[in-house]
Amino acid sequence: MSIFEYNGSALVAMVGKNCFAIASDRRLGVQLQTVATDFQRIYKIHDKLFIGLSGLATDSQTLYQRLVFRHKLYQLREERDMKPETFASLVSAILYEKRFGPYFCQPVIAGLGDEDKPFICTMDSIGAKELAKDFVVAGTASESLYGACESMFKPDMEAEELFETISQALLSSVDRDCLSGWGGHVYLVTPTEVTEKILKGRMD
Amino acid sequence: MESVFGLVGKDFAIVVADSSAVHSILVHKTNEDKIMVLDSHKLMGASGETGDRAQFTEYIQKNVALYQFRNGIPLTTSATANFTRGELATALRKNPYMVNIILAGYDKETGPSLYYIDYIASLHKLDKAAFGYGSYFALSMMDRHFRKDMTVEEAIELVDKCIVEIRSRLVVAPPNFVIKIVDKDGAREYAWRQSIKDGQVLAA
Repeated sequence: MSIFEYNGSALVAMVGKNCFAIASDRRLGVQLQTVATDFQRIYKIHDKLFIGLSGLATDSQTLYQRLVFRHKLYQLREERDMKPETFASLVSAILYEKRFGPYFCQPVIAGLGDEDKPFICTMDSIGAKELAKDFVVAGTASESLYGACESMFKPDMEAEELFETISQALLSSVDRDCLSGWGGHVYLVTPTEVTEKILKGRMD
Repeated sequence: MESVFGLVGKDFAIVVADSSAVHSILVHKTNEDKIMVLDSHKLMGASGETGDRAQFTEYIQKNVALYQFRNGIPLTTSATANFTRGELATALRKNPYMVNIILAGYDKETGPSLYYIDYIASLHKLDKAAFGYGSYFALSMMDRHFRKDMTVEEAIELVDKCIVEIRSRLVVAPPNFVIKIVDKDGAREYAWRQSIKDGQVLAA
């Protein structure tokens, strides 16, 4: 079994009209055994920047700690929050540092940049950035997620419709993947507020 | 293979481990204590390679004591769990410790807590957790019978149910188990469940 499929994960981020949504599943497993059904994969870096880390859970925890450390230092030096584009470059650099002994993680980064323009990107485990204008996916359920998002996505959706779309795309995709699921965690971010919702899907 | 499991009740946490020390087909002893008492209110049940287990748990125990000497106050369970994860994560890509850990503790402010720490340093706070082949039986029994805020008697009843399952359904079932409990009065040994005593002379 691939090391990326050891713990199981599903991540998706979508762009809407002046807003974005980022969602993950909640299962933490050890190959075929489910250990937890409330595992957090999406982390807040600051109010307008979220990162989801799929892949090996231990590396996503280590990588998150390193990124928070770097961002806090940045905040102290620059006296402001990091822009999403900058943060994505930082993540890419940190991942490529370990080119010949990588972190087994695939990050999904979503944020509101200058003038609250939504920004999403994903990268592979050695930091190859993939910018997209509509949606990005990662995890063991990524192939199902690509299909679901492609068919359900419309450009310039408002916040409520975006939430519905991303939730349906996530739940239908993880139902086809035995290693991810047990509900969903959705963060909906607009320039004025951040909403966090827990989805109940098939609990298996 | 070694079984360790634990659960959280009302104002206490329990950790149970089997007590056989095995090398290949030979059972060296059946009263090995695999649950280290880290300090007055913390228990660390560990399973995995014998040398790593003994060495690593002692290392954590001494560092927990050192913190208390240096700072005058004990570490919280959460801090201990994160420290343990950090040590495992640092060693992971050099010389990994093959030890799975269930850390249970009682803090005055936050009450009882239980942490699941994989040998590859995945950390998660849980109400019930298990490692080893016995986990397949222990987790299923706990999924069926566990409720939040159980009393000590109810929890021990559940623990005994798990032990019965492991003994009857696992082909190389360990005969003896040790149960330790941690609550506001401290961490202590609660009971042994022995079906074979060392030095016992069995009639042919």
